[in-house]
Amino acid sequence: MKKLTGLLLGVAIAGLTATSSFAADTIKIAFIDPLSGPFASTGKQGLSQYKFAADELVNKKGGVLGKEFEIVAFDNKISPKESLIQLQVAIDQGIRFIAQGNSSGVANALTDAIKKHNKRNPDNRVLFLNYSAVDPALTNDKCNFWHFRFDANADIKMDALTDIIAANEDVKKVYLIGQDYSFGKAVAAAAVKMLGEKRPDIEIVGNELHPIGKVKDFTPYARKIMSSGADAMITGNWGADMVGLGKSVIAAGYENPIYTYYAAADGITKTLGEDGKGKVKLVGEGQLNPPPNDRADAYAKAFKAKYPDTDIGQPRIANVIEMLAKAIDQAGSDTDMVAIGKALEGMEHESLWGTTVYMRPQDHQAIQNVHILSHTNDGVAHDYDNSGYGLLVESTVEMASADAPTTCKMDRPE
Amino acid sequence: MSALGDAEAARRGKTGGLSLSAAAPWLIAIVLLAGLPFVFTGGAALTVMNQMAITIIFALAYNMLLGQGGMLSFGHAVYMGLGGFFCVHLMNMVEYDGLLLPLPLLPLFGGLFGLLFAFIIGSFSTRRAGTVFAMISLGVGELIASLSIIVVAFFGGEEGVSGDRTMGPVVAGFDFASQKEVYYLTAAWLFVSALAMFLYSRTPVGRIANAVRDNEERAEFLGYSQRYVRWISFCASGFFAGIAGGLFAINFEILTEENLNLATSGSILLITFLGGVGFFLGPVIGAVVFTLLQTVLSLYTEIWALYVGLLFVLTVMFFPSGLAGVFAIHVRPWQLGKIGLLASPYLKMFVPALLFVFSAAAVLEILFHARHAAIGEEQMSLFGLTFNSHGVWPLTIAIIICVASYLILKRLAPSLKEAWDEANHGEVGR
Amino acid sequence: MSLLAVNLLDGLVTGLLLFMLCSGLTLIFSMMGVLNFAHASFYMLGAYFAYQISTYVGFWPGLIIAPLAVGLAGAAIERYGLRRVHQYGHVPELIFTFGLALLIEELVQFFWGKSHMAYYEPEILNFTAFSIAGNSFPAYKVFMIFVAIGIFLVLLYILTRTRIGLIIQAALSYPNTVQNLGHNVPLVFMGVFGVGTAMAGLAGVIAGPVLGTFPGMAVLLGSIVFVTIVIGGLGSLWGALIASLLIGWMQTFAASYNVTMTDILLAIGIDKPVDLSDNPLRDLWTLTLPQIGPILPYLLMVLVLVIRPRGLLGKRET
Repeated sequence: MKKLTGLLLGVAIAGLTATSSFAADTIKIAFIDPLSGPFASTGKQGLSQYKFAADELVNKKGGVLGKEFEIVAFDNKISPKESLIQLQVAIDQGIRFIAQGNSSGVANALTDAIKKHNKRNPDNRVLFLNYSAVDPALTNDKCNFWHFRFDANADIKMDALTDIIAANEDVKKVYLIGQDYSFGKAVAAAAVKMLGEKRPDIEIVGNELHPIGKVKDFTPYARKIMSSGADAMITGNWGADMVGLGKSVIAAGYENPIYTYYAAADGITKTLGEDGKGKVKLVGEGQLNPPPNDRADAYAKAFKAKYPDTDIGQPRIANVIEMLAKAIDQAGSDTDMVAIGKALEGMEHESLWGTTVYMRPQDHQAIQNVHILSHTNDGVAHDYDNSGYGLLVESTVEMASADAPTTCKMDRPE
Repeated sequence: MSALGDAEAARRGKTGGLSLSAAAPWLIAIVLLAGLPFVFTGGAALTVMNQMAITIIFALAYNMLLGQGGMLSFGHAVYMGLGGFFCVHLMNMVEYDGLLLPLPLLPLFGGLFGLLFAFIIGSFSTRRAGTVFAMISLGVGELIASLSIIVVAFFGGEEGVSGDRTMGPVVAGFDFASQKEVYYLTAAWLFVSALAMFLYSRTPVGRIANAVRDNEERAEFLGYSQRYVRWISFCASGFFAGIAGGLFAINFEILTEENLNLATSGSILLITFLGGVGFFLGPVIGAVVFTLLQTVLSLYTEIWALYVGLLFVLTVMFFPSGLAGVFAIHVRPWQLGKIGLLASPYLKMFVPALLFVFSAAAVLEILFHARHAAIGEEQMSLFGLTFNSHGVWPLTIAIIICVASYLILKRLAPSLKEAWDEANHGEVGR
Repeated sequence: MSLLAVNLLDGLVTGLLLFMLCSGLTLIFSMMGVLNFAHASFYMLGAYFAYQISTYVGFWPGLIIAPLAVGLAGAAIERYGLRRVHQYGHVPELIFTFGLALLIEELVQFFWGKSHMAYYEPEILNFTAFSIAGNSFPAYKVFMIFVAIGIFLVLLYILTRTRIGLIIQAALSYPNTVQNLGHNVPLVFMGVFGVGTAMAGLAGVIAGPVLGTFPGMAVLLGSIVFVTIVIGGLGSLWGALIASLLIGWMQTFAASYNVTMTDILLAIGIDKPVDLSDNPLRDLWTLTLPQIGPILPYLLMVLVLVIRPRGLLGKRET
């Protein structure tokens, strides 16, 4: 029996490594994100955007150093363990660029593993393109040279958000609610700190965490928010927790703005629909509505034509692809990770979305315009979930948090 | 359901301790474990094999409960996870506080920690068997998994706790930076743990666990407290689960909530059952097959989890004694010397069966692609063929092959049944 | 005070919804000894079926058709799957339903994809029934309460006042005797499984618009259903009702009141450490009731099982 299982193992692992022999001359980017399970819709949406961006922004223009970009998908089932296995598989296939974004927990595991891998295997280093995980620690205490973050982190978004709230004299009472884990806590802590600095007169009438992914009915929370008399609420919730909270709060009769991080696309926009209009706001990078320029408009239209059931939920993915292509071009090599990393840090890139993206060298955090977007169906050229509703830019903080301090002490390879 | 495994064990028991035939499988295992890295050299293959080895230990430990003790646990990941978390903390103490602990010994401490918790929780959960035990294990599992998010000081929240295995004292020139060194360490622990668990099941304590599983009242009348017997099995299982946790810590250098949650507990139940609870080797087969399905199949198809679900449901329906059971039912024809009778019907059925499986998968893949693919990406490739998934013909052809092969299989079934009855007919001579 | 009234009503809705799932499950469990792990999956199927129907003909036909479809699917699964596995014993049966839960989740994703479905309550019920101190109570929730109570009354009537109910009750306590009396127990099993899953489907139909229709909805509710029937006592309809309401209110109140561990510890005279950042007990000090609300039922279950293994109103163990 052991022989047989050995044989089985042999066949399968041979298959596993066989794929590496096709090392055609493309530049491969491993996309490690959930493609099955409860978070698969976000993962698949990201994958479509990567494939589209690679084709549209690089391959159609002749590629980089004469090579095309190829996105190779790996399903990590949003599990840190599976991510590390798939990272190993990707490295074995000769892939040197790792893109991941869903879940800061996974990003933490990956950045740690990549740091160790690069230290232990200096001939075979890889680069980590973090396009979505926003835990501030990744570009502070846990920063390293190989990690680059293209999204604005949770603190930067909160900085922009509190700028807007502080400017609104009508807001007197704010309610904070979030999921009980590192990101939810980071959002709450940043909100308390920044509101305290910018508008000490604002009263935080609620600051609470609920278990992540375990709340079946948000009605009791909605009742508390109602009875607190809040003029605004801030939440970092995502996925089903965001939908549940939004629906319950609105059903309970809440009429004021709900400031969110992730209340869009993947069915959320469609589910919130008319109820959320004028109430649900989102803080984030990337401007789809109104289209910042013709190029962005055409890009979004072409995307929709190709993927009618998917949306550009993470516009920054276009920046990841363009900036990586530029860095490889500047470094003149697609294998010298140190050179590519050095080309990436400090890069100033004119983004498709009408903003400059500056990859801050101290901590590898992208600095860019951050918007407050409103969930509406008026003036929306590019909707989400084919619902007619989408996100419209309401106000913009230019190059948000460009001089925010960082605790990052980066070890640079020479 | 474990009659065969036990009968086999009883036979071995009679022949006495260290005969060559009893030792042979273990010698083969040593050769196999030592040789594998020369066949599969890639880092990914090593990682997958490490993951397999860890799952094997965990599944074997789980089967001490389910197969040998008749206790159905829905929360066994807790003991592996806690052992793992403890080991990561030890690893960090080695790195930062100068604790002198050689890495190869780390899993032992994981085991002891798993044992400690199994001892505490077992003190009340093993009072009863059956549903009460199952539901308490579910409750405790959920409680500890939820606590892992709340108690950041020990569990590190959802990010988990990470460490660096290479910071310990160098043992005999190994610093365990490379996957290969880790593989040999894991393989060594796999061998030792598997052997220990095998021998444990042959001790009087292990035998009494079987007795309690089969009839607790009778065991009680014989003078054995069923409660203490269950408790001891539970502790032993917790110990080996903790070892698996320690190895996980060494391999992945990070532990998260995922290591404790109900999904992990559920999958170890499925793994063990898939392999076959009535056989010592069952969990080994289950762990190998499941790891391959999860890691390798997901590289090829998006709907891998659908196949896994189908596999489980069909296995339970048609082979309730698991994959090991499929092998085991051939032991009797083999002993009768009539295994050759089965060769011809098997060969005849092999091609249609293969066609059936692949065409059924093709139907699913084509439907899935047609439903979810991007506009303009109507071409899909399957088994080396590229075609338009939105066309009528590929789907029709796949369905025709599927139905045709099914009909052929159905026609061939009676001849297999006949051969099977014939092959099992007779007395096994001693 | 007004918040208390609102919470009582909200808890009632949650509890009754839970009861619709538990009543079917406890019947199945106590008759067939099957911990039907896929029960919440039938709830999910109900919501998806009703969503699909609502895209063609609106909400109301779905309210009838979807549970029937789910019930038929359930009966078919009992007839062609579970009955086959039944002969192997309880553990394989349980694993079968475990695998089934996995399979149904995958099938739902296969057909409907992975996103949230835009499944709404009917327009006619989309208004505020009444409000208590600014907290509006949607008419749809009133409707949910009435449906759940209606189901309970019908079930109670069938079980206590009809012949088939008597057979079911007898089969609950003495399955072998009932078989020996010449009743077709397999048929009763299939019927009970079908009706039980249909009720889970109905719960899905009415909960889908409020709690969301997405592939994770079964997992979210999954194990809590077992917890409820175990607390209530297996085989007891009243036990299931009491436990459902208890858990409904417990979860509502736990989420509503911010009792913190700091308050409790200070109240019993323990001094708060000045610097919490490095204290090993720091997480204990910051613990709040809403944080642990969803795990309270599990704690309650473990306590109940340790103290009284048959549950609150159960008559026999397992």
